[in-house]
Amino acid sequence: MSTTAQATPAQMSGAEMLIKALIDQGVEVVFGYPGGAVLPIYDALFKQNAIRHILVRHEQGAVHAAEGYARSTGKPGVVLVTSGPGATNAVTGLTDALLDSIPVICLTGQVATHLVGTDAFQECDTTGITRPCTKHNYLVKDVADLSRVVHEAFYVATNGRPGPVVIDLPKDVQVAQGAYTGKDNVKHKTYRPQVVGDDAKIKEAVAMMAAAERPVFYTGGGIINAGPRASELLNELVKLTGFPITNTLMGLGAYPATDKQFLGMLGMHGTWEANHAMHDCDVMINIGARFDDRITGRLNAFSPGSKKIHVDIDPSSHNKTVRCDLNIVGDACKVLEQLIAAWKQGGHKPNQKALDKWWAQIDQWRARDSLKYKKDSKIIKPQLAIERLYELTKDQDTFITTEVGQHQMWAAQHYKFNKPNRWMTSGGLGTMGYGLPAAIGVQLGHPGKLVVDIAGEASILMNIQELGTAAQFRLPVKVFVLNNEYMGMVRQWQQLLHGGRYSQSYSESLPDFVKLAEAFHCTGLRVTDPADLDATIKEMIKIDGPVLVDVAVDKAENCFPMVPSGAAHNEMILADDKPKDPSNATVSEEGMALV
Amino acid sequence: MSAPQQPIQSHILSVLVDNEPGILARVVGLFSGRGYNIESLTVAEVSDAAHLSRITVVTSGPANVIEQIKAQLGRLVPVHSVHDLTVEGPHIARELALIKVAGTGDKRVESLRIADIFRARAVDSTIESFVFEMTGAPEKINAFVELMKPLGLVDVSRTGVVAISRGPKAL
Repeated sequence: MSTTAQATPAQMSGAEMLIKALIDQGVEVVFGYPGGAVLPIYDALFKQNAIRHILVRHEQGAVHAAEGYARSTGKPGVVLVTSGPGATNAVTGLTDALLDSIPVICLTGQVATHLVGTDAFQECDTTGITRPCTKHNYLVKDVADLSRVVHEAFYVATNGRPGPVVIDLPKDVQVAQGAYTGKDNVKHKTYRPQVVGDDAKIKEAVAMMAAAERPVFYTGGGIINAGPRASELLNELVKLTGFPITNTLMGLGAYPATDKQFLGMLGMHGTWEANHAMHDCDVMINIGARFDDRITGRLNAFSPGSKKIHVDIDPSSHNKTVRCDLNIVGDACKVLEQLIAAWKQGGHKPNQKALDKWWAQIDQWRARDSLKYKKDSKIIKPQLAIERLYELTKDQDTFITTEVGQHQMWAAQHYKFNKPNRWMTSGGLGTMGYGLPAAIGVQLGHPGKLVVDIAGEASILMNIQELGTAAQFRLPVKVFVLNNEYMGMVRQWQQLLHGGRYSQSYSESLPDFVKLAEAFHCTGLRVTDPADLDATIKEMIKIDGPVLVDVAVDKAENCFPMVPSGAAHNEMILADDKPKDPSNATVSEEGMALV
Repeated sequence: MSAPQQPIQSHILSVLVDNEPGILARVVGLFSGRGYNIESLTVAEVSDAAHLSRITVVTSGPANVIEQIKAQLGRLVPVHSVHDLTVEGPHIARELALIKVAGTGDKRVESLRIADIFRARAVDSTIESFVFEMTGAPEKINAFVELMKPLGLVDVSRTGVVAISRGPKAL
């Protein structure tokens, strides 16, 4: 409680209390959409200047924008939506944030407490609906609980494994008068995630690493979530040991992609060298990744000969699908610090002779050049578009978001991220329509920086309305659409798995994207000739305002390497493999049932 | 595809939680959402002052699934502690059952005689029925229910297992 409030704490409305709590939590931006059940909060917002409200065009966009903001700044993103449809529209974003461990606070309006349960107008069971798609949620029934709940929510969202937290706020609680409690006076009763790794296990891990002959670091989004210092420490440890390292989709940027110890991304569309190194290694050091099925492929064939170390802040990630030999619960940053200290203290040296041999093997895999693709002078290859985008933006601090599908995987493969928090993508949930609102959130966190949403023409249409948000708030986000007129990844699977029967994956009647951009007060550009690609990208960067670039790319291009579903993670299809008869299934019956 | 088959075991988990709205839904939703079994579940407040409830849940699955269930329960924000009584040492597990048996003549007399052996009490009686109340381990109740079947078993209502560790220590 503030010192001035010792006698009789100042009374204020629930809505004012909420705003005060947000300001105390350091919130600068709220992404939202007004409605009947949140009008008192919007009124309180109107009367202050500390928090900027960004009016989105759809509540899903608000949550993705908050995710983009959170992932690029390391601060929690805040969302404000109304009851009923406002809350249900937010559900996709909340689930996305849950699966990718993004700290988001979502404030939802609710009908007055005496109306709850009566099927009132715009009523829904928000806490019931969001229970499985949030880290935690609250229904505030008494204004006396409000400030405590808000501060607790920030604590829960940002500590341990981060995630989304919903606070459901009935309208009568928003107008009721009460006393405010400052954030320093709120401590969560029980939630104390384990941050520091067990010392004995750290020692054991370091000993396993020193004895390794074919080690590999496999790191994920946990490093990004643990803050930029975790990336620095990861660099230090990787340099100290001389081990190869691969990143998951969520972990890109944690280790510089241009460094020679980096093997590229691993997994379903990972590089030949990364997946082979994972399969053949004898010691795997997983820090902040969760053995997702996109990484492991068929579980019983996953890295069969290795001892596995797994560092994760969430104990439920341990032994969930892959049994590990050494599980360390702790924060990635703290555990990296401990590992480095223990490595140095123990006077450990890597087994250099074995390591040289291992690198020689890795170089052979690298020579396979698994990301190469057929060049074409007449038609823009999607990979080329990303490569050129990278070359023309790498000298400035660029932030990339993506939608979901082929373009996302090409972006992950061909855009080289050297710093954390520069890559925002929907990994766990795979949400089409993520990239544009996320880019808006990133741009708000990083004014003046170049923010590009690498998109597909199908995904972008899922939240295209957010171009209006970009225009209204003069956010110069760039939308770089790889337009192949297909839901490309669906088409690719249909080609490889379903005998080339392209059921519903061709997009008839696509809009004229240039006109569409213009209709939203944005600039629209189109490029069809590889010779014009560079000039168009440069123009896109130069224009001070939101731009949508429609890049007409090869419609038949597939994303390789690819581990077909149900296959082992070292059984990859490459671009230069002989094309198989499409009716000749490359996937087992069991694999057909997998996503 | 799947890991080598491990034997399926029944475990009694004792979960101490904040007694707040929705906590039971959280726990039950976790089990249904992730496809875990619930064999029985009991919940009641155990500390009025601290607003704590104890949930006793009997679940079954292979060892790795049980381990995952415990980790997932531990991850719920209002959960204070998760104890697996089955592996943590000696414990007492009890259940209360109300068992209604209807009949006349020899069968009625026989049901009363068996109830006496099982130390079940008749808590309601009409000329053609009894309601027996009994507590005990679930197996004992199962055995009693089996015996009552040919004697005119009508209804069974059971609380599910509550359990506590033996000895002086708190969980």
